[in-house]
Amino acid sequence: MTSELDIFVGNTTLIDEDVYRLWLDGYSVTDAVALRVRSGILEQTGATAAVLQSDTMDHYRTFHMLERLLHAPPKLLHQLIFQIPPSRQALLIERYYAFDEAFVREVLGKKLSKGTKKDLDDISTKTGITLKSCRRQFDNFKRVFKVVEEMRGSLVDNIQQHFLLSDRLARDYAAIVFFANNRFETGKKKLQYLSFGDFAFCAELMIQNWTLGAVDSQMDDMDMDLDKEFLQDLKELKVLVADKDLLDLHKSLVCTALRGKLGVFSEMEANFKNLSRGLVNVAAKLTHNKDVRDLFVDLVEKFVEPCRSDHWPLSDVRFFLNQYSASVHSLDGFRLECGGTIWAHCNLHLPGSSNSPASAFQVAGTTSVHHHAQQFFLYFQ
Amino acid sequence: MPGKLKVKIVAGRHLPVMDRASDLTDAFVEVKFGNTTFKTDVYLKSLNPQWNSEWFKFEVDDEDLQDEPLQITVLDHDTYSANDAIGKVYIDIDPLLYSEAATVISGWFPIYDTIHGIRGEINVVVKVDLFNDLNRFRQSSCGVKFFCTTSIPKCYRAVIIHGFVEELVVNEDPEYQWIDRIRTPRASNEARQRLISLMSGELQRKIGLKVLEMRGNAVVGYLQCFDLEGESGLVVRAIGTACTLDKLSSPAAFLPACNSPSKEMKEIPFNEDPNPNTHSSGPSTPLKNQTYSFSPSKSYSRQSSSSDTDLSLTPKTGMGSGSAGKEGGPFKALLRQQTQSALEQREFPFFTLTAFPPGFLVHVGGVVSARSVKLLDRIHNPDEPETRDAWWAEIRQEIKSHAKALGCHAVVGYSESTSICEEVCILSASGTAAVLNPRFLQDGTVEGCLEQRLEENLSTRCGFCHIPYDELNMPFPAHLTYCYNCRKQKVPDVLFTTIDLPTDATVIGKGCLIQARLCRLKKKAQAEANATAISNLLPFMEYEVHTQLMNKLKLKGMNALFGLRIQITVGENMLMGLASATGVYLAALPTPGGIQIAGKTPNDGSYEQHISHMQKKINDTIAKNKELYEINPPEISEEIIGSPIPEPRQRSRLLRSQSESSDEVTELDLSHGKKDAFVLEIDDTDAMEDVHSLLTDVPPPSGFYSCNTEIMPGINNWTSEIQMFTSVRVIRLSSLNLTNQALNKNFNDLCENLLKSLYFKLRSMIPCCLCHVNFTVSLPEDELIQVTVTAVAITFDKNQALQTTKTPVEKSLQRASTDNEELLQFPLELCSDSLHSHPFPPVKAVTVEKASPVGDGNFRNRSAPPCANSTVGVVKMTPLSFIPGAKITKYLGIINMFFIRETTSLREEGGVSGFLHAFIAEVFAMVRAHVAALGGNAVVSYIMKQCVFMENPNKNQAQCLINVSGDAVVFVRESDLEVVSSQQPTTNCQSSCTEGEVTT
Repeated sequence: MTSELDIFVGNTTLIDEDVYRLWLDGYSVTDAVALRVRSGILEQTGATAAVLQSDTMDHYRTFHMLERLLHAPPKLLHQLIFQIPPSRQALLIERYYAFDEAFVREVLGKKLSKGTKKDLDDISTKTGITLKSCRRQFDNFKRVFKVVEEMRGSLVDNIQQHFLLSDRLARDYAAIVFFANNRFETGKKKLQYLSFGDFAFCAELMIQNWTLGAVDSQMDDMDMDLDKEFLQDLKELKVLVADKDLLDLHKSLVCTALRGKLGVFSEMEANFKNLSRGLVNVAAKLTHNKDVRDLFVDLVEKFVEPCRSDHWPLSDVRFFLNQYSASVHSLDGFRLECGGTIWAHCNLHLPGSSNSPASAFQVAGTTSVHHHAQQFFLYFQ
Repeated sequence: MPGKLKVKIVAGRHLPVMDRASDLTDAFVEVKFGNTTFKTDVYLKSLNPQWNSEWFKFEVDDEDLQDEPLQITVLDHDTYSANDAIGKVYIDIDPLLYSEAATVISGWFPIYDTIHGIRGEINVVVKVDLFNDLNRFRQSSCGVKFFCTTSIPKCYRAVIIHGFVEELVVNEDPEYQWIDRIRTPRASNEARQRLISLMSGELQRKIGLKVLEMRGNAVVGYLQCFDLEGESGLVVRAIGTACTLDKLSSPAAFLPACNSPSKEMKEIPFNEDPNPNTHSSGPSTPLKNQTYSFSPSKSYSRQSSSSDTDLSLTPKTGMGSGSAGKEGGPFKALLRQQTQSALEQREFPFFTLTAFPPGFLVHVGGVVSARSVKLLDRIHNPDEPETRDAWWAEIRQEIKSHAKALGCHAVVGYSESTSICEEVCILSASGTAAVLNPRFLQDGTVEGCLEQRLEENLSTRCGFCHIPYDELNMPFPAHLTYCYNCRKQKVPDVLFTTIDLPTDATVIGKGCLIQARLCRLKKKAQAEANATAISNLLPFMEYEVHTQLMNKLKLKGMNALFGLRIQITVGENMLMGLASATGVYLAALPTPGGIQIAGKTPNDGSYEQHISHMQKKINDTIAKNKELYEINPPEISEEIIGSPIPEPRQRSRLLRSQSESSDEVTELDLSHGKKDAFVLEIDDTDAMEDVHSLLTDVPPPSGFYSCNTEIMPGINNWTSEIQMFTSVRVIRLSSLNLTNQALNKNFNDLCENLLKSLYFKLRSMIPCCLCHVNFTVSLPEDELIQVTVTAVAITFDKNQALQTTKTPVEKSLQRASTDNEELLQFPLELCSDSLHSHPFPPVKAVTVEKASPVGDGNFRNRSAPPCANSTVGVVKMTPLSFIPGAKITKYLGIINMFFIRETTSLREEGGVSGFLHAFIAEVFAMVRAHVAALGGNAVVSYIMKQCVFMENPNKNQAQCLINVSGDAVVFVRESDLEVVSSQQPTTNCQSSCTEGEVTT
């Protein structure tokens, strides 16, 4: 006696959250059944393994049919085939578009192309996430990317509107899309200590301040691409390190302001020129695509690592960066010559952010403060 | 020519990509009705076209309006090649033809293609302007309402219940026409869908005519079936109960029934040969009377003389081929004659209803059934309905004579079915013999009904259990006792019926689903040999199914079965029997005795031990079941019973000692010469197997109950969550050395596993009850068994459930109050006004309503504010006639849909399971869409009548046919009603009260 056909169709589509999770995690029916057996469901319900098998198969089939609709969530709301209560629909969508932290760190900033997709096996073995699940997550990134790529308006809003995601998830997707579009390098060993949350925070600020959308809200793909003009303007910052007088003046201003407030004052004073040179050089190079991609690597190399080797406490880093950019304003020559526009630009872009006038620096310092302060401290001690 | 049909095509959405190059579609729509076709403009390059067409107007006869479906075809325009069809929508416009139902059909319909399934949706608006035609000779029957519900619909009152109507139409099956060899599967499927749609329209119209002739205005318990006979044709047949219904809110509107003496007297006293079939086994049991009639020679003779017999049996009524038309004739005579004899005079005093107005049912005799085996290739003139009409007339005659033998003049809960395999066809009919209160069958005024109900109220609680036949002159030996309730009348010790449990019956404990399952191997044979073999097997199967039912009933400690449905399915090499019923403990009937086991070889010590072990197990099971189903009949009742009559005490003791013996025994006596039915003799391994199989039935997990009737006896506090579902399983038997035992075991496991699966799936709804569990078995191929289950899971309140275990006395008091409440309702209804404008009288009867979901309510609908959110409106589906926690305020018309789905890429669609899963989901979606378009938010009395599945995995092909029906309704939640009635500001309610409007 073999079962040829075995189906269950409800007027209201039954969704078992546990099975949905197993399905999303890419387990095969057999594995899912084994996992469910291990969870003790048989003892709780008095069911047999055969019943569980049939139930799991059935749910998998339903999810398989729903998957097509989940690719365009608004369709799920308007379709007539599956009668699903709204709360369940939201759950289905949210869970489908959820991603694993470990996975997203692997592909963040990579081109969402076929080539990357081929490497998913490696990522799967590395992260322990099933290949199926990796594929789903990758395809989700790619799909969202394709849909919002050429759209006007706020990136987050577009994602929310077309994929009906929660605010939080939509923001994360905006970060992923932004990184993928600009191809920021995040996979280097040096950057491994940064979490997706750190990058997402950076992305949000960069979208707010560095993109075309920040200047003009009526442009195509306004939130995706960096404002070229702004990057060009950043070149002018070179004067800060190129002009010896200006550099000294800047240093003295910063040192005066920070004297006594910084625990690592002497190190700062000794290293000021190096640090300043590092930061300004990173900023000035951003006109080249390759350097844009290496932004995070460069920042870590040129700024974070020196700080770390000198054991700067986190609060000091922040103080320093604040003062560093604030002092620029009082540099007479700088303001007159060229800086006006740039700093205006920068400040314009950073309205409410009290602790980080120079957004580039923020990347290295503040993000970690917000998300992984502990981690950051570890590296400093 | 009185009718103008207007159609407007608004828009489409989610269309499939038809042009690979642009990934878009150039869609346009053809609207066809009858032979007229209109087209919309082509909407270029869009998957969401906005046609916004003008109104397409069709001027048509109302006859066509009834027969024809509106056919909407969505196509992709192609400049160079033929336009590609995207899919079709068939809309049955019947609901627009009666005044009280829907006024407009408007909404999103899934675009359906028989090869690809649902491909996007289309928004359509349909209206009908109907001019009244008073032509007496008209062929249409617009205005006759149809209900699938097998009880009087909730917002109506039965003025008269006229009786049985039936009709049958035959056509050549397009699948078997020569042209099918050259046309595409799509064209063939569409031809078939269209034909069936046409045929069911025609059938409904003809039945409507008969109803009008009987002076009725509605058909209740309408059951329409298809017989796919193959080469010999496609039969669509329907039965129903003609009624004159009166809408409760509009008291003045009912028809001035048939007092006009001018009506032509058509009645022909039906004096036919009482049993034309020579070897009927006769009425042998009170519970079942079966007749097997097959004699090959006879079928020849019938063939040759079919026309004569037909004429004599069923005089024609002008048009149509049926025989029920003249039932209307005798009607007036009823008024003058003794009602009882008048009822007998009807050709077929059958009622398809399973639940009745209080007082309608007087006594119940038992189940009557008849089966007959026919050869389809011997039909002389396959395109004409005469032969089939004659077949059914013959079976109905048998049923009628069986009922008569039980001292009953009517059959209620009547149904008919067929099982076809190649050229062999088993026709079956069954029902419950009953004595009815004649007052409902004639023109009664409201007062009359009320009076009747008052007077009946006192006795009906146990009245229906009392035997209708003469005690001294019983048609069969049965064991009678005095009724445990009134102690005046005699009752049988077991009662089997096909109807629902009457609402006023006193039940102890809860009920449960009882199934008997049986397989019998049969040699493959041809034609007559085959038919003979089948008809020889049938009695044994019936007998065994019956024994199983009886044993299982005893094992559950119960004494009555309701909703009994026995299905016999014929396959190439086997016969399957599946009986489902709901067992209950009726307080009026005696306590069932246990089951005794006896061994054949008493000398063997270890064997003895084994036997006693088994006996202990059985006794334990009975005790456990009694606990599980809360069956604890009050002990005192026996004392009471003992006191008024001196003998019964002794008698009852006698009965106890040999209570295993019952009418069942006597049946055995007659047929097999055994002594005692409930002494199970274990003389061989087979018997052992049987006993084991009895014990293997696992009760549902705690918190679950199941029954196949409308409501679960003993539970009356339903909460509002419902989940209707269909589950299909097909198993392949290993073809090697199949024995009856192995087959039985396989089949048993299949059903048990299926039930277990259901319990597991629905575990989140606990505590809940599976109601109206409907099993259908078919044998699509040699080694395949297919079981289809449709049921609804309803949650109930556990805390309140505890209260239901009160004494029957209390319960009956409650009943009485409910009854009073219902009585009061009529005057209330009479003075209450129309739906929308009138504020509600703040009646506080809702609590009572909650207690008995089948009770009629006093609340009228107030059109609920349409839900503001933009998702698709929720449409509930249920096989029951009510929606727990809600009031049905309007019936919008019958839903009767037939779909074919075929695939040539079975593997790609996820194999057979994937294919059928998607198809059933699509069928649900289409039903919901149609209901929503009618303005409804639920389907009640939903039934999947057919699910024929064929596969050919080698060719990667599969085909499935599904036929569903139900009543589209509007319901309003009781909680909302309460809000309205207490005049509080109605805040917008959630999806529960949407008018089913689908908005984008």
